[in-house]
Amino acid sequence: MERVPVLKIGDILLVSIQLDMEDQTALQLQEDLADRIVATGCHGVIIDITALDIVDSFVGRMLSTIAAISKVLDAETVVVGMRPAVAITLVELGLSLNGIRTALNVERGMELIAASREETDDWAVDLDEADPGQAATST
Amino acid sequence: MTAGLGLGRPQTQAIVGDEDVVRVRQLVRTVAVAAKLSLVDQTKLVTAASELARNTLVYGGGGQVEVTTVDNGRRQGVRIVFTDSGPGIPDLELALTDGYTTGGGLGLGLSGARRLVDEFDIQTAVGQGTRITVTKWSR
Ligand SMILES: Nc1ncnc2c1ncn2[C@@H]1O[C@H](COP(=O)(O)OP(=O)(O)OP(=O)(O)O)[C@@H](O)[C@H]1O
Ligand SMILES: [Mg+2]
Repeated sequence: MERVPVLKIGDILLVSIQLDMEDQTALQLQEDLADRIVATGCHGVIIDITALDIVDSFVGRMLSTIAAISKVLDAETVVVGMRPAVAITLVELGLSLNGIRTALNVERGMELIAASREETDDWAVDLDEADPGQAATST
Repeated sequence: MTAGLGLGRPQTQAIVGDEDVVRVRQLVRTVAVAAKLSLVDQTKLVTAASELARNTLVYGGGGQVEVTTVDNGRRQGVRIVFTDSGPGIPDLELALTDGYTTGGGLGLGLSGARRLVDEFDIQTAVGQGTRITVTKWSR
């Protein structure tokens, strides 16, 4: 089974899915991402699906689950690069990507995460500064 | 062979493991391109095939798929037949309801696949197995 790499770029984890994933690979990615969010203290996850020529119910569920797990771990997930044909097919399949934020490309995704972190910071009075989890950033 | 219907040479693929679901997607894509389906129709057919191949594996206990190009004199298309000798589906109407699942899925595979193709036929018998035939025509 192949594994999807997770890259850390600044405060963001970037996952670019480049292969037609077996179901086990998708499940493994869910676990790997949860581990990396905790290990790095990152607050944003970008999943780039530009290379995916289909999203079926299994991968759709994986994306929703990743978004939910990230939220619990105080990170925001944005799915970027969905092809038009994939979007059309998802709607007809009946899959509503619940709780998933989307953006056109990686750059827009990063802006979205930055903007929503700023909002959170305004309200949370920089509680992040006192977060011991930040100490583990040096991976 | 059905009279008045041109058939290409069928290509078969066994479905016994996760990696075979990936192979089915790739095989269907190749045949859909050869039959000159539009990109959206290719995407819909490959997505439907992915759902049905996974069901064959997970619920049918494995089986096989046969992919054929068809020609009705006016249009080209792709026909896919999924066969397993699993437990069968006791209540077909229920199984075809959006959201119905016995396996903790989203319950969208069967109903969604039906929406994504032009023709959809299920033969199933409890204790004997399931055969699902789908066809997508070029526009
Ligand atoms: N080949 C099969 N043999 C026996 N039962 C099947 C087969 N295909 C589907 N079923 C039954 O029909 C139900 C509905 O299938 P469907 O694909 O719609 O949903 P799911 O596989 O449970 O979830 P999802 O596909 O959304 O992840 C299944 O839960 C299963 O009980
Ligand atoms: Mg299914």
